[in-house]
Amino acid sequence: MKIMVAIKRVVDYAVKIRVKPDKTGVETQNVKMSMNPFCEIALEEALRIKESGVASEVVAVSMGPAQCVDTLRTGLAMGADRGIHVEATEALYPLSVAKLLRALVEVEKPGLLILGKQAIDDDCNQTGQMVAGLLNWPQGTFASKALDVLVTLTINYEKMEFNLLMLFGLVKVHWQQHRGIHSELQKVVLDKEKQVLTVDREVDGGLETLCLDLPAVITTDLRLNQPRYATLPNIMKAKSKVIKKFTPKDLNVEIKPDFEVVQVTEPPKRKAGVMVSSVDELIDKLKNEAHVI
Amino acid sequence: MASITLRALRRRIGPVSTSNSRSISTLVVGEHEGGKVKLSCLSAVEAAKSLSKDNSISLLLAGSGSSLREAAAIAASRHPSVSQVLVADSDIFTHPLAEPWAKLIHLIQQTGNYSHVVASSGSFGKNILPRVAALLDVSPITDVVEISDSHIFVRPIYAGNALSTVRYSGAGPCLLTVRSTSFPVAPIFDDSKSKEAPISQVDLSTFSEESIGKSRYVKLASQETERPDLGNARVVVTGGRGLKNAENFKMIEKLAEKLGAAVGATRAAVDAGFVPNDLQVGQTGKVVAPELYMAFGVSGAIQHLAGMKDSKVIVAVNKDADAPIFQVADYGLVGDLFEVIPELLEKLPEKK
Repeated sequence: MKIMVAIKRVVDYAVKIRVKPDKTGVETQNVKMSMNPFCEIALEEALRIKESGVASEVVAVSMGPAQCVDTLRTGLAMGADRGIHVEATEALYPLSVAKLLRALVEVEKPGLLILGKQAIDDDCNQTGQMVAGLLNWPQGTFASKALDVLVTLTINYEKMEFNLLMLFGLVKVHWQQHRGIHSELQKVVLDKEKQVLTVDREVDGGLETLCLDLPAVITTDLRLNQPRYATLPNIMKAKSKVIKKFTPKDLNVEIKPDFEVVQVTEPPKRKAGVMVSSVDELIDKLKNEAHVI
Repeated sequence: MASITLRALRRRIGPVSTSNSRSISTLVVGEHEGGKVKLSCLSAVEAAKSLSKDNSISLLLAGSGSSLREAAAIAASRHPSVSQVLVADSDIFTHPLAEPWAKLIHLIQQTGNYSHVVASSGSFGKNILPRVAALLDVSPITDVVEISDSHIFVRPIYAGNALSTVRYSGAGPCLLTVRSTSFPVAPIFDDSKSKEAPISQVDLSTFSEESIGKSRYVKLASQETERPDLGNARVVVTGGRGLKNAENFKMIEKLAEKLGAAVGATRAAVDAGFVPNDLQVGQTGKVVAPELYMAFGVSGAIQHLAGMKDSKVIVAVNKDADAPIFQVADYGLVGDLFEVIPELLEKLPEKK
């Protein structure tokens, strides 16, 4: 199974952003950019699944201006096998990104697509759900516990049926053994292949567990894992990994937003508060000034 | 209660409306629990009301059994702004799975041709509405905090450090999720029985089964609590890393009990395992806007402020006089929370 991970280049989470004076947006020139923190978690999870032997390859995908290649290199340094950059100069919104992702899924045929639950710049929380809808795949949003991927195989070999429930890596070994032994017969038919994924989702009021048939779309919440750091040797190795380029035109996706940003403003400032010196003063203020207790 | 088909429904709602026409009709995607419509769903109705003066609001409730029927009856009789209640009664909708729910809303939208579809920005609405939008090939607008016009909305970006005003210009319906705290629910007057909204069953005979089998609900591990719901509480008491351990966090719970408040936490407190993660307040947790927000041992990282800075009165108690939380606090007290909380517990008046 191949896993595709979508990663986004955003203003670093620690940067205190500034709204442009002409209200057209937020200042992004000369501002530190990084991989969206939720995307790091998504990539980490894909790498862990690969390391457990269930997946064979992790493909990182990013969309946007030329600088997205830097973000992809970071992903490759973390351990992704190769990258895909969809170069787009115009602003991309979740619907366009979802359409581009669908087109890439049709090219790459991954068994699992993992995204962060939201990007910390536009705070939309839409892309994963939208691409799942476009692909008609099941979705596991806000995943917060390590994903459990199981592969059930029913192998119909002449009249014998083997029901195997095990990790994909092991199944692959068995499968090759069968093929090796009976290679001259060529009658081993993969009758039914059912791959299942269990996901724990963070929902209001608790944790919800779902079981999804693969292929599926997963979006990651904060607590899914702790992303690894790229080591220096891996950063060097990442330089020789392949990043394939596409344009939206190559993928037959037309970018036309159906909404426009009228203006971006600073939120209203709270009026300055007062410092109190004792608990008594605090209770008095809350009671007699603010009237909240 | 006669079951009417969606075709008949369409006739009743009227001709196909386009985004250019002024006629506004809204489908509110409702949630219910224990025979009651959820408060967050009523906020979505409030938001729908502010789209236009003569908005015709249909409320969709789906699920099965007596809980659904009770919720529908309450919605129809007690909320004058709801002009119609649509009920989709099937076991398929017992659990909030995105795949069948999105198909359902898509089906209703295709026949009802609403100009707007609104849900609240909880984990339910955020999970489902973007999927519906993709099926309809439109961009959804999530986490709306202000409705300026039927097609102009304000939503926070960059963890609430900027507000973006967007104009929806698409030809299709406008799909919104709205922040409950920005659309408070007006008190209900129980004398509106005269104008009871009709309840219609959604015809599910054409409901496509193909996408239903792809996901299955296994379980929900819920955090049972007697305290008020964090999202709607009048008072919220929050603890951060300054509490040091889960044992000390009990002081926050005691204080919350005394104030009749909900308990919140910062990401640091959740990650350290003091409390479960559904108590997290912030950009990626819950967004609250209570009358009183008390933060103890909270430094005030921007991601946390994003979830609470619309609170009416903010109180911060922190050892560090330079903590950013004091910049948004109405009342700040520099001190050791291990001394301040016990003193507060002792001196606060008993709640009414």
